[in-house]
Amino acid sequence: MTSELDIFVGNTTLIDEEVYRLWLDGYSVSDAVALRVRAGILEQTGATAAVLQSDTMDHYRTFHMLERLLHAPPKLLHQLVFQIPPSRQALLIERYYAFDEAFVREVLGKKLSKGTKKDLDDISAKTGITLKSCRRQFDNFKRVFKVVEEMRGSLADNIQQHFLFSDRLARDYAAIVFFANNRFETAKKKLQYLSFGDFAFCAELMIQNWTLGAVGEAPSKPDSQVDDMDMDLDKEFLQDLKELKVLVADKDLLDLHKSLVCTALRGKLGVFSEMEANFKNLSRGLVNVAAKLTHNKDVRDLFVDLVEKFVEPCRSDHWPLGDVRLFLNQYSVTVHSLDGFRHQALWDRYMDTLRGCLLRLYHD
Amino acid sequence: MPGKLKVKIVAGRHLPVMDRASDLTDAFVEVKFGNTTFKTDVYLKSLNPQWNSEWFKFEVDDEDLQDEPLQITVLDHDTYSANDAIGKVYIDIDPLLYSEAATVISGWFPIYDTIHGIRGEINVVVKVDLFNDLNRFRQSSCGVKFFCTTSIPKCYRAVIIHGFVEELVVNEDPEYQWIDRIRTPRASNEARQRLISLMSGELQRKIGLKVLEMRGNAVVGYLQCFDLEGESGLVVRAIGTACTLDKLSSPAAFLPACNSPSKEMKESPLAHPPSHGCRSTHNSPIHTATGSRLTQNFSVSVPTLIYTGMGSGSAGKEGGPFKALLRQQTQSALEQREFPFFTLTAFPPGFLVHVGGVVSARSVKLLDRIHNPDEPETRDAWWAEIRQEIKSHAKALGCHAVVGYSESTSICEEVCILSASGTAAVLNPRFLQDGTVEGCLEQRIEENLPAGCGFCHIPYDELNMPFPAHLTYCYNCRKQKVPDVLFTTIDLPTDATVVGKGCLIQARLCRLKKKAQAEANATAISNLLPFMEYEVHTQLMNKLKLKGMNALFGLRIQITVGENMLMGLASATAVYLAALPMPGGIQIAGKTPSDGSYEQHISHMQKKISDTIAKNKELYEINPPEISEEIIGSPIPEPKQRSRLLRSQSESSDEVTELDLSHGKKDAFVLEIDDTDAMEDVHSLLTDVPPPSGFYSCNTEIMPGINNWTSEIQMFTSVRVIRLSSLNLTNQALNKNFNDLCENLLKSLYFKLRSMIPCCLCHVNFTVSLPEDELIQVTVTAVAITFDKNQALQTTKTHIEKSLQRASTDNEELLQFPLELCSDSLPSHPFPPAKAVTVEKASPMGEGNFRNRSAPPCANSTVGVVKMTPLSFIPGAKITKYLGIINMFFIRETTSLREEGGVSGFLHAFIAEVFAMVRAHVAALGGNAVVSYIMKQCVFMENPNKNQAQCLINVSGDAVIFVRESELEVISTQQPTANCQQSCAGGEVTT
Repeated sequence: MTSELDIFVGNTTLIDEEVYRLWLDGYSVSDAVALRVRAGILEQTGATAAVLQSDTMDHYRTFHMLERLLHAPPKLLHQLVFQIPPSRQALLIERYYAFDEAFVREVLGKKLSKGTKKDLDDISAKTGITLKSCRRQFDNFKRVFKVVEEMRGSLADNIQQHFLFSDRLARDYAAIVFFANNRFETAKKKLQYLSFGDFAFCAELMIQNWTLGAVGEAPSKPDSQVDDMDMDLDKEFLQDLKELKVLVADKDLLDLHKSLVCTALRGKLGVFSEMEANFKNLSRGLVNVAAKLTHNKDVRDLFVDLVEKFVEPCRSDHWPLGDVRLFLNQYSVTVHSLDGFRHQALWDRYMDTLRGCLLRLYHD
Repeated sequence: MPGKLKVKIVAGRHLPVMDRASDLTDAFVEVKFGNTTFKTDVYLKSLNPQWNSEWFKFEVDDEDLQDEPLQITVLDHDTYSANDAIGKVYIDIDPLLYSEAATVISGWFPIYDTIHGIRGEINVVVKVDLFNDLNRFRQSSCGVKFFCTTSIPKCYRAVIIHGFVEELVVNEDPEYQWIDRIRTPRASNEARQRLISLMSGELQRKIGLKVLEMRGNAVVGYLQCFDLEGESGLVVRAIGTACTLDKLSSPAAFLPACNSPSKEMKESPLAHPPSHGCRSTHNSPIHTATGSRLTQNFSVSVPTLIYTGMGSGSAGKEGGPFKALLRQQTQSALEQREFPFFTLTAFPPGFLVHVGGVVSARSVKLLDRIHNPDEPETRDAWWAEIRQEIKSHAKALGCHAVVGYSESTSICEEVCILSASGTAAVLNPRFLQDGTVEGCLEQRIEENLPAGCGFCHIPYDELNMPFPAHLTYCYNCRKQKVPDVLFTTIDLPTDATVVGKGCLIQARLCRLKKKAQAEANATAISNLLPFMEYEVHTQLMNKLKLKGMNALFGLRIQITVGENMLMGLASATAVYLAALPMPGGIQIAGKTPSDGSYEQHISHMQKKISDTIAKNKELYEINPPEISEEIIGSPIPEPKQRSRLLRSQSESSDEVTELDLSHGKKDAFVLEIDDTDAMEDVHSLLTDVPPPSGFYSCNTEIMPGINNWTSEIQMFTSVRVIRLSSLNLTNQALNKNFNDLCENLLKSLYFKLRSMIPCCLCHVNFTVSLPEDELIQVTVTAVAITFDKNQALQTTKTHIEKSLQRASTDNEELLQFPLELCSDSLPSHPFPPAKAVTVEKASPMGEGNFRNRSAPPCANSTVGVVKMTPLSFIPGAKITKYLGIINMFFIRETTSLREEGGVSGFLHAFIAEVFAMVRAHVAALGGNAVVSYIMKQCVFMENPNKNQAQCLINVSGDAVIFVRESELEVISTQQPTANCQQSCAGGEVTT
């Protein structure tokens, strides 16, 4: 006796979260059954292996049918074939687009191209995530990227509107798209200690302050062809950053800056002497990073530079995070007292974001 | 020209890409009704076209309005070649033809193609202007309401229940061999869908005419079926119960003054006596069965049977003369009818007086080509013959009527088994005709019938029983006699006193048969049938005893014929009726008490069985109050034990061979283990596993003993097909396979629905078919309903009181909530216009939503939820309006089976699509639920070698609007706080 056909169709589509997770993780039906058995479901429910097999098959078939709709989540809301309560629809979408930390760290900042897709085998082997799941996650990134690439307006809002993500997930995807678009290097060994969350945090700050959309410049150039306002860094701003060079190039200015910072922080900093000794190096590092951002190559290396030029020196001197914060605040505020320096607004736009990023990046 | 149909095509969405080059579609729409076709403009290059067409107007006869479906075809315009069809929508406009139902059909309909399935959606608005036509000699029956529900619909009251209506129409099947065809599959599928749609419309119209002739205004328990007879043609037949229904539209209807039903007729215009003019002869209500026509056909009438559950009415001394009077009146009311049958399974209080037992009849026929579709007399005669038989069985049980009546067929090649079954009953005449005999009699009935056991009392004369039974005095009232077990096809009456909970019982059976041709085949089948019936009955009886229960409700026995086997599947809900005696246990007797080990084995089995009974009693909470024998009086002298064989009953007046299915002694139900077969039987008895804890199941509307349903429901359909290996085809192996198939299916259901625990599977409906030699297909449709465990201890009694109260206040509440507060204080205030308005407002809640959605989809709008249930009600909600019947037929075919996920993927998608189309139609009518939903047919054929499959599905149900009770309560609790004084005053007036 063999089952030729075995189906279950509910008026409300049944979604088993556990099986959905196994499906998303890319397990085959037989693997999923084995995993469910191992989880002790047979003992809990008194079911037989055959029942479990049939149930798993059925759910997999349903998910397979839903997958087409999940590629364009608004379709899932408007379709008539599967009656699914809104909360469940949201769950389906959210889980389908959820990604593994290990996976996203591998592809973050890489071009979402066929070439990268070919490397998924290696990523799968390295991370232990099934190839199927890697493909889904990669295709999700690429799909979202393609849809919002050409759109105006807030990146996260666009994503949310077209994919119906939660706030959190939309912001994560905004970061992924932003990184993929600007190709920031994240894979270097010295960056391995950073989590996706660290990068996403920085991406958000950069989107808020360093892109075209950030300045609200649309009115000044209403008919410009600047479509992806949130995706690309503001080129003009990057050009202008060269002007900051004077802070380290002008020796008087640098000395004045240092003495003002030191006066303000004396007695407040545990690592005061180290700071004093390193001030010029650190300041040079930060300002040079800014000045280099005109070149695409250097934009890509932004995080490498920040870690090399600032995070690592401080860390080697064992600065506590509180001291780093005090220093960075004072360092950027003091610039306003430098009479010879004319680019205050530019400095703030640069340093406010950078300060946020550095504080986030500064950990073990 | 009594009607104008108006159609507007608003927009489309999610259309498929028809032009590969541009990835877009140039769509336009053809709207066809009868022979008239309109077209919209072509909307270029869009997958979401906005046609926003003018109103297309069709001026048509109302006869056409009833028969024809509105056909909407979406096409892709192609300048150089023929336009490609994207898909079609068929809309049954019948719901627009009666005044109380829907007023407009408006919404998104899935665009369906028989090859590709659903391909996008189209937004359509349909309206009908009916001109008031005073000509009563017409052929149409617009205005007769149809209900699939097999009880009086919730917001109506039965004034008169007229009785049985039936009709059938035949035609040639446009495609009887789908694999070898000449025209494209799409064309032949569409021809078939259209033909069946037309035939259903015609059938419904003809039934409607009969109802008008009987002066009714509605058909309740309408059951329409298709017989795909292959080469011999296509039969669409329907049965139902004609009624005069009165809408519970004002609280006044509950006042005692209005109790005389005959006056209510003025409410509905259709109750006017139709003038009897030139009525064409073919409209005569029932075709008389002459039998002479049968000579050309081969036909075997199978010895039929009357099930256990019978008795005598004359036993009670006090009740005697009264009962005679009652019978006399019922008789006069019923004898005017050729077939005093009722398709209802639940009845207004007081309608059902006594229940005799299950009556059924089967007949094996050889199909031959239907030569003249206009004269379907052969088929009519076949059914008439069977109905006659049922009627005589009922008579033998001392009953004048048959309730819970249904008919079915099973066809394999040219052999067809016709089956009919029902429950013989004695009815209260007060509902059957214009009440001349009401008044004092009515009151006497109510006085004389003790609540909760009256229907169990035997209607039959004790001294002239059709076959032996064990009668005792009723355990409830102790005045009248009751049988030891009662089998019925109806739902458990609401006032029945039940001990503990009920459970689903199934008897399953396979019998191999030789492949044979024509007459030899039919003879072989009809020879097998009595044995199958007998075995099914034995199994049911054994399983019933094993559960420690004494009555079956909702019994449905399906016999399916295949090439080389017969399958029998009986499902019923077992309960313990307090009025009936406690069932005895099961004793096992070895035939040859020779050696010790055998004895030991027997005693071991005996112990197992006794343990199971004890366990079941605990599980289903069966602890009837102990009653000592003396109080009840000694049982009636026991008849001699009968041989369990065919018993010719020549003394019976109607001269039918009958099977005696009553079993021996009451206390000790003896199972003889005399061979391996019997051993198997006992084993199979014990293999049925009870549902996991927290689960109950029944095939009736609700589970006896559970009454605190929550509003969480999940309707589902599950289909399984197994392939038998041809090597081990013995009866035992077959039985085991079939048994496992059903048991595993149930287990899977319990597992799938485990998140709903505590929960009950209600209205579990199994259907078996044998699509091919070695394939068995089982289809199950049911609804899982969660109940509240904490309140489960509520007694049945209070529930009944509550439900009665609820029924009477039902409508008041409904109408009150949208009204202004002042109406509460002035219940007698004439407010007809206001009420009309509020009812309308309350109804199409969905409508507004759908209108909104005709605008380009915005990100947050979701599709309105439409509930589906095979039950006649929705727990925790009130049905406020019936919008009309849903009766849909779909064909789906594929030539790329593997690509669509194999047979499972194909059928899964198709059933999901069918659900979607049902929901869309209901939503377009302004409804939010389908009740009494049933999948009447699911014919699946596959040819994996050719990568092809085809499936036909027929579903029906009643589209309704419901309102959650909690919403009603919120409103009603707000009222008193807002306006305490007035509502207090109002309360006084109404009570």
